[in-house]
Amino acid sequence: MTAVAERPPVTPRRDRPLSRRNLVATITTGYLPIVLATLVVVLPLLWMVLASFKSTGELLTQTPSVLPDSFAPTNYAEAARRVPFGRLFLNSVIVTVIGASVKVVLAVFTAYALVFVRFPGKKVIFALVLATLMVPPQVQVLPNYVFISDLGGRDTYWGIILPGLATGFGTFLLRQQFMTLPASILEAAEIDGASHWKRLTRIVVPISTPAIATVALVNIVFEWNEYLWPLVIISDPDMMTLPVGLTLLFNSENGADAYGVLMAGTVMIIVPVLVVFAAFQRYIVSGLTQGAVKD
Amino acid sequence: MASVTAPSAEISGATPAPLVRADAPRPTRKRFSHRSRRDYLVFLAFATPNLVLIALFTYRPLLSNIYYSTLNWTLGSPVATPVGLGNYREFFTSPDTQGVLVTTAVFTVATVGGSMGLGLLVALALNKRVRGVGFARAAVFSPFVLSGVGVGLVWLFIFDPVIGVLSYVLRLAGSSSPEWFNNPTLTLVMVIVVYIWKNVGYCAVIYLAGLQSINQDLIEAAAIDGANSRRTFFSIVLPLLSPTTFFLLVTTMLNSLQAFDLLRIMNPLGRGTNTLIYEAYLQAFGGANRAGYSATISTVLFVLLVLLTVFQLSILERKVHYR
Repeated sequence: MTAVAERPPVTPRRDRPLSRRNLVATITTGYLPIVLATLVVVLPLLWMVLASFKSTGELLTQTPSVLPDSFAPTNYAEAARRVPFGRLFLNSVIVTVIGASVKVVLAVFTAYALVFVRFPGKKVIFALVLATLMVPPQVQVLPNYVFISDLGGRDTYWGIILPGLATGFGTFLLRQQFMTLPASILEAAEIDGASHWKRLTRIVVPISTPAIATVALVNIVFEWNEYLWPLVIISDPDMMTLPVGLTLLFNSENGADAYGVLMAGTVMIIVPVLVVFAAFQRYIVSGLTQGAVKD
Repeated sequence: MASVTAPSAEISGATPAPLVRADAPRPTRKRFSHRSRRDYLVFLAFATPNLVLIALFTYRPLLSNIYYSTLNWTLGSPVATPVGLGNYREFFTSPDTQGVLVTTAVFTVATVGGSMGLGLLVALALNKRVRGVGFARAAVFSPFVLSGVGVGLVWLFIFDPVIGVLSYVLRLAGSSSPEWFNNPTLTLVMVIVVYIWKNVGYCAVIYLAGLQSINQDLIEAAAIDGANSRRTFFSIVLPLLSPTTFFLLVTTMLNSLQAFDLLRIMNPLGRGTNTLIYEAYLQAFGGANRAGYSATISTVLFVLLVLLTVFQLSILERKVHYR
């Protein structure tokens, strides 16, 4: 190290701005990897959208063309003819909206109680809520299937929604947020005689809107994509959500000529999430990357 | 709960520091006042619905699985025969189990290593202030939020040996498409590639947050001391990223061991891609209806996850370099 320090302080040639070497370096080490990484993600999704407009003839070829001959939604109509796609879409929307809303409300109430309401053993209760994040949903499927079937919940909306409502993730995220709120505001409200209900609805919820939105958006994405549970609890095509219905379509087609129709169905699953993600990217990313256990 | 230091991973913007912790201890009251009794009731009213749901649908299944695992029971049948530890004996002696464990290990190691290694490279590429980098960050993260079923179908189409665009590209390069669906090893490779594609953005965004939290003075000091960029990366950046690496190791390993959607849509019969979780699914819902045996696998898997988590938290955490 000492030997190096004796070097004269000369700016190396390549550090000068706009030198030829610098320009090349910027393009190769700067833009190229960024463009490459983006293309690897974007191209398959673009390919999906283009294929959803291609006819069987255009797909059953060894020399695929990039653009479809026409952008007429033939495959979408065909998909709707083979499985009740309108109905599947509606089912997915119903399950997502009800499931995500109830989860957010439950998480807000539980987190408020855990942070602001006196109760013995709160720490233990929180630990039990937090530990649910470590229980993989897959090991719950069989017992919940038996339980919900016994209650008559197969092929019903409540049967799809109910077992997923328990929310450890939202409770954890909102508890972290509520703990950062200045205690002085809430104490002032308490002295003024505001009830817990008032403190929750007039103070805590309004100033925590970004965190609540984060929980809501993550739950929306999660409910929309949910696969294993609806796959086992639903067998009636009219009650299926999109991922399950698409599986049915995939299994019933089982031929390469069905890819146009399948890609149309896939667009209907993927594009709504991409739109939501594009609009609320910051909330969703921060929500999904905060899953860490902190104390 | 043991603590894992989470790198704050917001793409931009910082959370304001807490002024006063809202749950700071308040003056204790000597007697059980009317007010604290009302507080208890409020707590119960607010928290009970969620706590009951958690008890019913998260914790009860764990216990049910342990009970089911002692039964010889066909799903849907009204009769079940207790077999004690018979299912466990079958699991640990069955010739199929070894294959399932090997598949699980290969899938987990490859997907964790692949997503983390590539994630770090992508994070390094994205850690620049250039035009359009915000879009690239969002784009790279986006597959993580997409439906596994949708992603699986898109890639099945791409991988199709006859009409898939990959086979077209390979033909242009003078080679023919591998038999992705007839060779179990290649099927596993294909699923691993797609899984990494879907998850690499998560690792990249978390590594990016880690990179951005590194004090630039350290890197400049190293440059003044004459360290080249490779030396700086391996001697300074990588050690400083070790909390992030550790955090990712825990989360991505748990995620990989729970992977289901892609496996189900891309290879329904599970030949070559039959991990523990998939075997548990197949045994109960794949036609055999062996509920007791499936519950046994689920219980083994759950114990494995708990052991792994405890092991990672206790052993690895000591070796992690903290700032």
